[in-house]
Amino acid sequence: MSDTTVRLSQSRRRRDENTAKMIHSLFLVNSSGDIFLEKHWKSVVSRSVCDYFFEAQERASEPENVPPVIPTPHHYLISVLRHSIYFVAVIQSEVPPLFVIEFLHRVVDTFQDYFGVCTEAAIKDNVVVVYELLEEMLDNGFPLATESNILKELIKPPTILRTVVNTITGSTNVGEQLPTGQLSVVPWRRTGVKYTNNEAYFDVVEEIDAIIDKSGSTITAEIQGVIDACVKLTGMPDLTLSFMNPRLLDDVSFHPCVRFKRWEAERILSFIPPDGNFRLLSYHVSSQNLVAIPVYVKHNITFREGSSQGRFELTLGPKQTMGKGVEAVLVSSQLPRGVLNTNLNPTQGTYTFDPVTKLLSWDVGKINPQKLPSLKGSMSLQAGASKPDENPTINIQFKIQQSALSGLKVNRLDMYGEKYKPFKGIKYMTKAGKFQVRT
Amino acid sequence: MPVVTELFKWEGTKAKLNTHFATENRQFGSKMTDSKYFTTTKKGEIFELKAELNSDKKEKKKEAVKKVIASMTVGKDVSALFPDVVNCMQTDNLELKKLVYLYLMNYAKSQPDMAIMAVNTFVKDCEDPNPLIRALAVRTMGCIRVDKITEYLCEPLRKCLKDEDPYVRKTAAVCVAKLHDINAQLVEDQGFLDTLKDLISDSNPMVVANAVAALSEIAESHPNSNLLDLNPQSINKLLTALNECTEWGQIFILDCLANYTPRDDRESQSICERVTPRLSHANSAVVLSAVKVLMKFMEMLPKDLDYYGTLLKKLAPPLVTLLSAEPELQYVALRNINLIVQKRPEILKHEMKVFFVKYNDPIYVKLEKLDIMIRLASQANIAQVLAELKEYATEVDVDFVRKAVRAIGRCAIKVEQSAERCVSTLLDLIQTKVNYVVQEAIVVIKDIFRKYPNKYESVIATLCENLDSLDEPEARAAMIWIVGEYAERIDNADELLESFLEGFHDESTQVQLQLLTAIVKLFLKKPTETQELVQQVLSLATQDSDNPDLRDRGYIYWRLLSTDPVAAKEVVLAEKPLISEETDLIEPTLLEELICHIGTLASVYHKPPSAFVEGSRGVMHRRLPARTGSGESTESPDVGTAAGGSAPEAAPSIIPSQGDLLGDLLNLDIAPSTTTGPPPPTTGMQMGGMDLLGGGLDSLMGDESEPLGGDIGGSPAMGAGFGVAPAVMPASLNAPVGGGLGDLFDLGGGVGMPMGAYIPPKTVWLPAMKAKGLEISGTFARRAGVIQMELILTNKAMSVMTDFAIQFNRNSFGLAPAGPLQVLTPLGPNQTIEVSLPLSTVGPVMKMEPLNNLQVAVKNNIDVFYFSCQYPISMLFVEDGKMERQVFLATWKDIPNDNESQFQIKDCHLNSDAASNKLQGSNIFTIAKRTVEGQDMLYMSIKLSNGIWVLAELRVQAGNPNYTISLKCRAPEVSQCVFQCYEAVLKN
Repeated sequence: MSDTTVRLSQSRRRRDENTAKMIHSLFLVNSSGDIFLEKHWKSVVSRSVCDYFFEAQERASEPENVPPVIPTPHHYLISVLRHSIYFVAVIQSEVPPLFVIEFLHRVVDTFQDYFGVCTEAAIKDNVVVVYELLEEMLDNGFPLATESNILKELIKPPTILRTVVNTITGSTNVGEQLPTGQLSVVPWRRTGVKYTNNEAYFDVVEEIDAIIDKSGSTITAEIQGVIDACVKLTGMPDLTLSFMNPRLLDDVSFHPCVRFKRWEAERILSFIPPDGNFRLLSYHVSSQNLVAIPVYVKHNITFREGSSQGRFELTLGPKQTMGKGVEAVLVSSQLPRGVLNTNLNPTQGTYTFDPVTKLLSWDVGKINPQKLPSLKGSMSLQAGASKPDENPTINIQFKIQQSALSGLKVNRLDMYGEKYKPFKGIKYMTKAGKFQVRT
Repeated sequence: MPVVTELFKWEGTKAKLNTHFATENRQFGSKMTDSKYFTTTKKGEIFELKAELNSDKKEKKKEAVKKVIASMTVGKDVSALFPDVVNCMQTDNLELKKLVYLYLMNYAKSQPDMAIMAVNTFVKDCEDPNPLIRALAVRTMGCIRVDKITEYLCEPLRKCLKDEDPYVRKTAAVCVAKLHDINAQLVEDQGFLDTLKDLISDSNPMVVANAVAALSEIAESHPNSNLLDLNPQSINKLLTALNECTEWGQIFILDCLANYTPRDDRESQSICERVTPRLSHANSAVVLSAVKVLMKFMEMLPKDLDYYGTLLKKLAPPLVTLLSAEPELQYVALRNINLIVQKRPEILKHEMKVFFVKYNDPIYVKLEKLDIMIRLASQANIAQVLAELKEYATEVDVDFVRKAVRAIGRCAIKVEQSAERCVSTLLDLIQTKVNYVVQEAIVVIKDIFRKYPNKYESVIATLCENLDSLDEPEARAAMIWIVGEYAERIDNADELLESFLEGFHDESTQVQLQLLTAIVKLFLKKPTETQELVQQVLSLATQDSDNPDLRDRGYIYWRLLSTDPVAAKEVVLAEKPLISEETDLIEPTLLEELICHIGTLASVYHKPPSAFVEGSRGVMHRRLPARTGSGESTESPDVGTAAGGSAPEAAPSIIPSQGDLLGDLLNLDIAPSTTTGPPPPTTGMQMGGMDLLGGGLDSLMGDESEPLGGDIGGSPAMGAGFGVAPAVMPASLNAPVGGGLGDLFDLGGGVGMPMGAYIPPKTVWLPAMKAKGLEISGTFARRAGVIQMELILTNKAMSVMTDFAIQFNRNSFGLAPAGPLQVLTPLGPNQTIEVSLPLSTVGPVMKMEPLNNLQVAVKNNIDVFYFSCQYPISMLFVEDGKMERQVFLATWKDIPNDNESQFQIKDCHLNSDAASNKLQGSNIFTIAKRTVEGQDMLYMSIKLSNGIWVLAELRVQAGNPNYTISLKCRAPEVSQCVFQCYEAVLKN
C-alpha cells in the first residue's frame, strides 16, 4: 500500500496534464500479440497500456471474441480486428466509441486503398507513408482528412514507378498544393479531373443473411445491399440515378454526395460523384418484407446413443433464384467436438474435414438443377463417448450473377453539367452473407 | 524505452551502409519500400544518421529523416538527434518539412530548450503565402506541448484565426483547444475563446464544425463557463452547417445540439425535422448521435402529435441497419439499443428478428442480443423467442448456453401467458441431461416458482431426479429451496434433505443457509417425522460452524422453535413477496441520463457519465427535458391528492438488493439469477436480521399482538415489511442488544458483529402547537439498503385523527416516499404511533440550502402541515460504495485540488481500526490504511445514492483526539454534509 500512497501524493502535486479528448494514440497489434506500429497524436502513451488488451486477447477463445471496448485505470482501449490486425485506439476520457471505430475503419480502408492490401508487411514496407497518412487523418485527435480523394492529393500513393522517379529526381510524394476539394461545396471531389475514356460503372451487390430452421422454414432473412460505383468522368459531372422500384429502399444510408432532399421528394439519386471508387449507398431490406430464399438444404445429421458412427447426408437445391444459376457454392459446418473423422462422398466438388478444428467444408461449385449436389456418408465418433449435445449449423456461401435478390432495378442514369457522352454500365449480383441452416 | 545503445547493434561498416541504398535502387520491384529503414538498426547508427542529417545533399537529408521517423514509429528512442533534425526544418521541400514536424511533435516535450530553436521557423511559416504551409505550421505548433513555446504561439495563432483561407481558420480553431489544454489561462487572457465563439458564425461549415468541436472540448474542462451559449440563433447556424460539413463535423455538431434544451415543443419539432436526414448517413457515429438528439427532443413533443408517431417510425430502420455492420459497431449499437428499448420499447417492438443470434457472431454480440430479446419479449412474439432460446441452449459456448437458459426463465417471469410454455421448454432441456444446462434450468425454475407459487409443482418430481448431478452451489441451493418450500408435497423430502446434510461442512455458505431453512420448514410442516433431522441441522449450524451468519440463523430458529412454535411457523412459513417482472431494469433517473448520452462510453457501460468525464464537470446531471406548454406547476408539495397519490410517478418496480430483511431471514438467500447488481454486503444482512428480531419478537412476546403474517402479507415493499411493526429501536443496534432481546439471544457477544449504521436520535420536527395537536418527531435510518424515515406521530388533540398522508418537496437528492404513509388505524387522543416510511431516491431533484434540507407536508383529516428537517447524508451512502484501489487512485488524482476540503474532528478517542469499523457500518468504506510515523492514514470511499463519489483521507495520530479529514469530490458542495456525518458517526 505504501507504493500506492506515494503515487497518490505525487499525483496531487502534479497538475493534470491531459484532459485531452478524442483519439490519443493508435497501436497496431498482429495476431501473435506484437505491437508493430504506434502513433501518438498527443503525448506519448506507454505501450504497457496494451497489456490490458493482451489480457483480454488471452481470455478470448477466438481472435474475434476480444471485446471492442476495454477499460483500463486511466484509458479506454477501443479496437477493431481487420485483416488479422488489431487496430487499438487509446482514448483517455469520454469519446463516442462509434466515432473511434468508424475512424479506425477509415484507417483500414485508406491503407487498403494505398497499398492494395492491409497487411503487417504492407504497413511495415510503407511505414513513412503510413505515418504521414495518420498525421494527415487526425489532428489533435480530431479527424482532419479522411476522404481518399483528398488524401491522395496530399500524399501520393506509393507506386514502383514513383519510388524510382523520386529517388532519381529527388522529388517528393507529398503534394505541394492545397487539396482543392477540401473547402469546396463538394469536398469529396477534386477539381481538374481529366479522362480520355469517360466511364461510370455501378455494381448493385446484395447479401442475404438468413437463419433457416431444421424443418426448412425461414426464421429470419434480410438483405444488405450496396451500390458501389467506379466513376471516372472528366470535370464536374452531375449524375442522376433512378430506379424502377425505389419503394424497396426505405432504409438507406447515403454517401455524403447524395442530395437528400431530392431523394425525399422524388426518390431519385442526384449527386456529384467523387472521383474513382466509392460506395454510393447501402440499404437494408428487412425481415418484415418477404425475402426470397435462393437455395434449400436437405440434411440428415444424426448420432445414435451408444454407437460410434453418425450419419451425414446433405443435399442442396435451388429455390427462388429468378431463373439464374447459383454458383460458387461453398458449404461449411463446425461439427461437434466428439466427431473424430468423416467418411463422405460428394457427388460433385471436393470436401475437406479438419479433425483438429472439426471444420467441414465442401466446395460445391455450381448447382445443377437437374442433378442436385449431395454429400453423404458417415462420421466416426469417439468410442464410448456419449452422443454430442450440440447440433451443427450449416453455413452456405453462394453467388448469383446478374440479379439482385430484392428485385431492385436501376431505371436510368443521366449526366448533366458536362458535354461528352460517358460510357455507362450496371451490374447486379447476389451473394450469401451469413446464411445459416440449423440442423 | 531502453537506452539507445542496446537497440542498435553494431555489425556493418560505414561503407556498407552508404552503398545500401544504391544497391537497393538497382533492384527494381518490391524491395523498394520503406522496410529498408528498418534494416539499418546498427550500433553507431545514431552517428551515421547525424552525419547524413547534416549532409549538404537534400536527398540524403530526407532519407535520413525518414530513417529517423521509421525508428521512432516502432518505439525506438532517437531523441538524441533532436538538434540535427530540427536543423533540417528550414526547407522548401514540403515533405521534408512535414517529416521534421512529425519528429518535433514526438520529442519536443523531452527537449524543451531545443524546441525553442524551432520557434522562428514556425513563426515564419505562419506567414507563408501557401495556406497549406500556414495551416501546417499552426497545427504543428499546437502539438508541441512545451510551455515556453506557447507564448510565441499566440500572435501567429491570432492571425491564423482570422486568416482569409478557411482551411487555415479551421486548423487554427482546433489549435485553440490544444493551447487550452496546455495553458488554459493564457487562452482566456488572450481572448481566443471569444474569437472561437465568433467562428461559430463563420461562412464555412467546416470552420463552424471545428469551432464547435474545440469549444466542446474546452467546455469539458471548464464546468462553469458559458462557452457554448446555445440560443435559437446559434442553433440555427449549427443546423445549417450540419448539412454541409464533413461526417466528423456532423458528429461534433449533433453532440453539441444534444445539450440544448428547446424552449417549446414547436422548436423541438423543427430541430428534429432538420436532424432526421442524418439517420440516413453512412457513418454510424453520425446516425447514433442523431438518434441521441431525437430521443432527447422527442420527449418534449406531445404524444398525440402526428409527427411524434412519424418520428418513432423513422427511428427503427437506422437502428436495425447498425446491426448489419461489423461486430464492433454492432456491440456499441446493441448496448445503446438496450437503453432505447428500455426507454421506448415501441420503437423496436416489431424488430425482434434482427436480434436473433447467428452462430458465428462474436460472444460479446451474442450476449447483448440475448438481453435485448428478453426486453422485447411480449405475448405476441414469445413463441418465436422461446424457439430461438431453446435452439441457443444447444450451442457450444457454455457461457452463452447458460445465459440462454436463464433467459427462458426471465421470459416466464416477464410474460405470464408464456410461463407454462417456458416451464415445459425448461423441462425439455433438463431431459438433455447436459450438466450445466440442468443446473441452470433448476436455478431459473426456482425463480418461476417464486413468481407463480402453487402452479407448476407437478415438475418437482422431474427436478428431484436430477438431484445427484447438481454440483454448483447456486443450483444446489435452488433445489434445496424448492424441496423445503414444497416439503409437504414431496414424500421423501426428509430423505432428500438428509442426503445433503451428510457433507454439510463441505457445502458453501449459500447452500448451508438454505439447507438450514429448508429443514426448519420441513420440520414445521411435518413435525413428527423430522425432529431428529432438525436437531441435527441446528447443532451443525450453531455448534460446529464458525460462520457467524449460519450460527446466528441457527440460533434464531432454535429459539423461535423452542419458545413459540406457532410464531415460528408464522415467521418461517410466511407468504413471500412475489418477485417482480423486470429485475434488471436500469434505474429511471440513470436511464434518463444515459439516454441523453447515447453513443458515449457511459452508454456502453450503462454507468453514469460522471464516472467517465474525468475532467471536473462536477455534477451536471443531464435529464430529459420535460414537456412544456401545458403550464402545470409542480412547485409546492401538493398533498391535496389522495393518500396514495404520493407514490413516485409510475416507475417500474425494481428489486433493489436481494439482501432485504425478509428475504434474508426467511428463505430467499439465493439471489435471483436475474439480478445483475452486486451482492448485498454483510452488514445489510446482519441488520436485516436484527430488524426482524426487533419487530418480530416484540410481537411474538407481546401478548395480544396481531399475527405477524398479516404484516408481511400486507406490506407494500419487501424492505418496508417489518418496518411497519412497532418498536424498531435504533438504540438497540448500536448498544449490545438490550432488554428482553439480549436475554433471549446471546448474539451480542463473541460473534464480532459489524456495527450498524449511525442513526441520529429522534427529534421533534413538528410541535403540537403548530399543527393543531399533531406532534411529529422522527429520524432517518438506512436499513438493509433501504432509506427509512421513522416517525412518531402523537395525537395531542381532543379528537381522533385519520387519513394521514405525506409528501416531500423537491430536494437535493430526489428523496421521495416509496409508498403511502401507513397509519392504518385512526389515531385517538393521546395515542402515539410509530411509523416507518421507506424512501426512494428517484423523486424530482432541486438543490436545497442547506443541502440536506427536506421540506415535508403532512396531511390528516384536520389540515395540511408543513415542516422541514435535515437528514444525515449518511443514509444516502450506498452499500456498493467500496471503490477498487486502482480506481480510487485514479479518481483521487483526477479530481482537481480545488475540490478538496479539510476538516478537523475534535475529541474523538477511537483508534483507527475502531473508527474504520464504525464508519463501515454507515457504508463509509476503508480502502487502504497506511501508517507513517505513528500517524494512521485511512483512505475511504463513499458513494451517494445519486452516484456521486466522495473520497476521503482520514488522519489519526495515536494519542491525539483530533482527527484531520480531507474530502475530495467532484461535487464539493456535499463535503460539508459528509464531514458532519463523519463527526456524528464517530462520536456516537
